[in-house]
Amino acid sequence: MTDRVRVIALHPTDNVVICVAPIDAGEQVEIDGAPVIAAGAVGLGHKLARRDLASGDKVMRYGIPIGTMTSPAARGEHVHRHNLRSDYIPSHERDVLRDGDPT
Amino acid sequence: MNDAPVLWNGYLRPDGRKGIRNVVLVAYLVECAHHVARRIVTEVADDNVQLIGFPGCFPNAYADTMMTRLATHPNVGGVLLLSLGCEGFDREGLAERIARSGRPVETLVIQQQGGTRKTIEAGVAKARELLAVSAESTPRVQMGIVDLVVGTICGGSDGTSGITANPAVGRTFDRLIAEQGTCIFEETGELIGCEQIMAERAITPELGVLIEQVVEKAERYYTVLGYGSFSPGNAEGGLTTQEEKSLGAYSKSGNSPISGLLKPGDHPSGPGLYLLDVVPDGEVRFGFPNISDNAEIVELIACGCHLVLFTTGRGSVVGSAISPVIKICANPETYARMSGDMDVDAGRILAGAADLDQVAGEIYDAVVDIAGGRQSLSEELGHQEFILTYKQFEAAGPACLPNRSRT
Repeated sequence: MTDRVRVIALHPTDNVVICVAPIDAGEQVEIDGAPVIAAGAVGLGHKLARRDLASGDKVMRYGIPIGTMTSPAARGEHVHRHNLRSDYIPSHERDVLRDGDPT
Repeated sequence: MNDAPVLWNGYLRPDGRKGIRNVVLVAYLVECAHHVARRIVTEVADDNVQLIGFPGCFPNAYADTMMTRLATHPNVGGVLLLSLGCEGFDREGLAERIARSGRPVETLVIQQQGGTRKTIEAGVAKARELLAVSAESTPRVQMGIVDLVVGTICGGSDGTSGITANPAVGRTFDRLIAEQGTCIFEETGELIGCEQIMAERAITPELGVLIEQVVEKAERYYTVLGYGSFSPGNAEGGLTTQEEKSLGAYSKSGNSPISGLLKPGDHPSGPGLYLLDVVPDGEVRFGFPNISDNAEIVELIACGCHLVLFTTGRGSVVGSAISPVIKICANPETYARMSGDMDVDAGRILAGAADLDQVAGEIYDAVVDIAGGRQSLSEELGHQEFILTYKQFEAAGPACLPNRSRT
């Protein structure tokens, strides 16, 4: 289904786009007018690579850097914690204390 | 739309400030008095009798200032203090400051009253009396945007917050400020990454330097604690990094110049936009700067906020004691699930069903209606959350409020 806008770019210099609706695995999505097939399901509010990104690339959102890629992502691929890290403070998961569980 | 300023009926306080609510606070001064205070509030069962308090037994200047500012807030018409008797809080000093503000104040000391039952009984009677006195004796007065202080906070942010609800609040802020209102944004720990662009908006270069410094302080503080101001839910909603969350949060501040930097409890020095520094000064102590959203809401209220605009993506439900909280939902999926908690549906923007200006207009209308007496959804639902913990601040220097030093 390509009749609905699935992603938006917030700024001309951004190298990621934002999903404004959930995307199913295998769905065809248009980024800058060119189609790409989503490899996996991606939720509303998440980011997709607008172009091929290399490890070490600064990721731009709102025209401002939001972190650095830690591994490459092809155009249309999900950009999140598996391949993007903060240049400031690392984020944490809910299982952050699990190693130190009280016994 | 006509050009006549919107006006509504408020409550005139002796210091000249005007309130949009007339609540009686029941304030416990140590956790040991919490149950008795809560039981009094429960038994009186009136939306205008509300519970606040400080749990600690050790004295703390910040808690003292916060309790004073909250008890003398323009939305407050009377105060009942609940002391166990042996705690460190300076109950006489607080009662004196409240009395000096022209408000009726009563103190009950549980150890002197003779225990739980007797204090609850006396407290219920006193709270009802305070409610009647403040309702009868508080003059009503016309007020408008020029008298209003509006705060903003985001909680449960996700990838939609920075596209819909936050920039919409920013536009509402710009409009309120253009109409001589006062607006406060906060959480310097959630502005990490925005310090330079924010500093450029300061009305003086000295203020710009201070703004950069408080964000650097926040980064140091959070780094020592080992966690940024970033929750697992933020990531589930598509946000990846602290600075990404920050940039979205920052858009709540709109585009107006920044007129000053406040510490919790400081009052703005006139209309305009202010940044509230919520991260303590000095070495890291007492733990996380804000253990949850309500800690920030309480600080905004202590700075004089009559109303708080709360943007949420994942779906917060909280309200607050003292000042109404207005929920602006950023995410259309969340709105579909939780519309009973959301005053404004900003997620429509993503489906193209509304634009930022339209939603900003709805937020503005909600501000005016709720200031005029209509209950926000969180008020209607009985949300009156309150939390106050230990902190330490140094007094703000003159460069923080350039307009004040000029007058």
